[in-house]
Amino acid sequence: MNAIRKSLHPGWLLVAPFLLLVIALYLGPILNILWLSVTDPEPGMGNYRKLFVSDSLLRIFWTTIRICLITTVGSVLLGYSIAYAMVHCHQKQKSYMLTLLLVSFWISILVRTFSWLMLLGHRGLVNNALEGMGVISEPIAFMRNELGVLIGMIHYMIPYAVLPLLVNMQSLDMRVMDASRNLGASGQQTFMRVYLPLTLPGIVASSLLIFILSLGFYVTPAVLGGGKVLMIAEYISVQLLVTLKWGTAAMLAGLMLFGVLAMLYIMSRFMKLSAVFGGSA
Amino acid sequence: MFEANSDKGSLQVRNVSKYFGTFCAVDGIDLEIQRGEFLTLLGPSGSGKTTLLMMIAGFLDITTGDIALDGNSISDVPAEKRNFGMVFQGYALFPHMTVRENVGYALSVRKRPESEIREKVNEMLDLVQLTEFADRKPGQLSGGQQQRVALARALCFEPPVLLLDEPLGALDKKLRVEVQDQLKDIHRRVGTTFIYVTHDQEEALSMSDRIVIMRDGAVEQVGTPYELYEKPINEFAAGFLGKSNFLHRSDGVYALRPEKIDIRPSGTGEGEPRLSGTIQSITYFGSMQRIMFLTTDGEELEVDIDSWRNRDPLAEGQSADLFWDKGAAVKLEE
Repeated sequence: MNAIRKSLHPGWLLVAPFLLLVIALYLGPILNILWLSVTDPEPGMGNYRKLFVSDSLLRIFWTTIRICLITTVGSVLLGYSIAYAMVHCHQKQKSYMLTLLLVSFWISILVRTFSWLMLLGHRGLVNNALEGMGVISEPIAFMRNELGVLIGMIHYMIPYAVLPLLVNMQSLDMRVMDASRNLGASGQQTFMRVYLPLTLPGIVASSLLIFILSLGFYVTPAVLGGGKVLMIAEYISVQLLVTLKWGTAAMLAGLMLFGVLAMLYIMSRFMKLSAVFGGSA
Repeated sequence: MFEANSDKGSLQVRNVSKYFGTFCAVDGIDLEIQRGEFLTLLGPSGSGKTTLLMMIAGFLDITTGDIALDGNSISDVPAEKRNFGMVFQGYALFPHMTVRENVGYALSVRKRPESEIREKVNEMLDLVQLTEFADRKPGQLSGGQQQRVALARALCFEPPVLLLDEPLGALDKKLRVEVQDQLKDIHRRVGTTFIYVTHDQEEALSMSDRIVIMRDGAVEQVGTPYELYEKPINEFAAGFLGKSNFLHRSDGVYALRPEKIDIRPSGTGEGEPRLSGTIQSITYFGSMQRIMFLTTDGEELEVDIDSWRNRDPLAEGQSADLFWDKGAAVKLEE
């Protein structure tokens, strides 16, 4: 009893109402969803069993993971180049680049998605121009397929890739790269053996961030995939609003939640490790 | 044991200048550095000493002039091809590699066989007495140990020239003296040409074969520590390396080191006193005492005397005479 009283700072009393409110409003529904997944339509693990018997469910699952992985790799590669350019150009250019990056951050995902349709759609700017120049006779199918979804998602995710990498790269001591060159390493060797390992924490951080965010993508696949690319978030909404199979939707949502939590756990382990070997020079 | 490139390592700096825009950081420097020499570039911050070192290392382009190794111009050789070792300010160790990997890096990027690297790294770790720390990361070492890793890393590929950019700057005073001895010892053992940049006159005096005193991008004076201390050519050289009194006489300015002056109570010294006056203040430093002296002509002089020689204790306000040997006061150039 004494121990509890000691560890309970009176400050907790002040925040307790809000804490309870958050728990009730946040944990409650989540528990409700998990409860639904094992009780609707009938009690038992029937919803989870569907994962192994339903081909369409499995396909949606793998499509989602594939698209998320490609999005992650694509945006981290592009983001890495952009962050590298930002760190190593002049201060003035850097602030321009940062402004552009933040502007794209502020534009709604809906606007950005539809502007890709205007650009790359069947009668979009690019196809029209290429046809007008006589380069192609048939419009190229950029949109309403997986390519379209990837273009839209990678574009949306790039700022999320750049920011953690930028922080990581800015913290590097550039004399270490000078030392590498001085010791006889070529530019390529210096990049592979010194720069890349030192930016690994940033790469891991932005990869996990993007992968987790991508899992829940709804608008972009729905618009740019043209109904042909079904990802898990869209499927959940169909289960909820159209077919009313709340149990299946709850099961998928639960799986996503636990998948994300597992990844966050791995991330926290990794970032702590990185602080040990990258923290001080 | 360590075999240095005994036939290599002389460096020629010919009329080298460096401009950043219109600002002249290094102004037409000529230097001839001997093989195996310990040469120190000494000067206050902004004197161009680090800029000159960076041009020798190849990290900065030369605006005009030429740098040559053993007579062959290296001005157009990129930094990674010059094969000069360098100990950076703050060491710039690779934080993600162990001590062993740091030291072996230069051999590893040259794709030498694993066994040779291992043997060479062991030898270097032995030289800097870090064998037991081989598998630690730099972040787990003290400042002095990191400094020795940086030294071992820079020497591991047997460079003809080793460049050191204020390598002791981050260490505390006591450790610095210790590391100076180690550094001098390693220089003796490896026989590599050392070019050492510092603003610390004590480091320069205690380690160098020759010192280059720099100011505003130009060389003020070059010589052995003894030559520079005993025969400074101008007020800057005399004031920057050690302390000095400046005596303005009709035929020019003379530099007089405070410890070369003998001070006696009025009328007690032998012979004709050089100057007479009164003692303004006495500061006690244990082994020595610093006396501020005002002559009857109004000149202020600093006099350092060993405490044990102060047999008839002098007091503040007392009148006294100053004596010094012929030649102790050095005539400076205009």
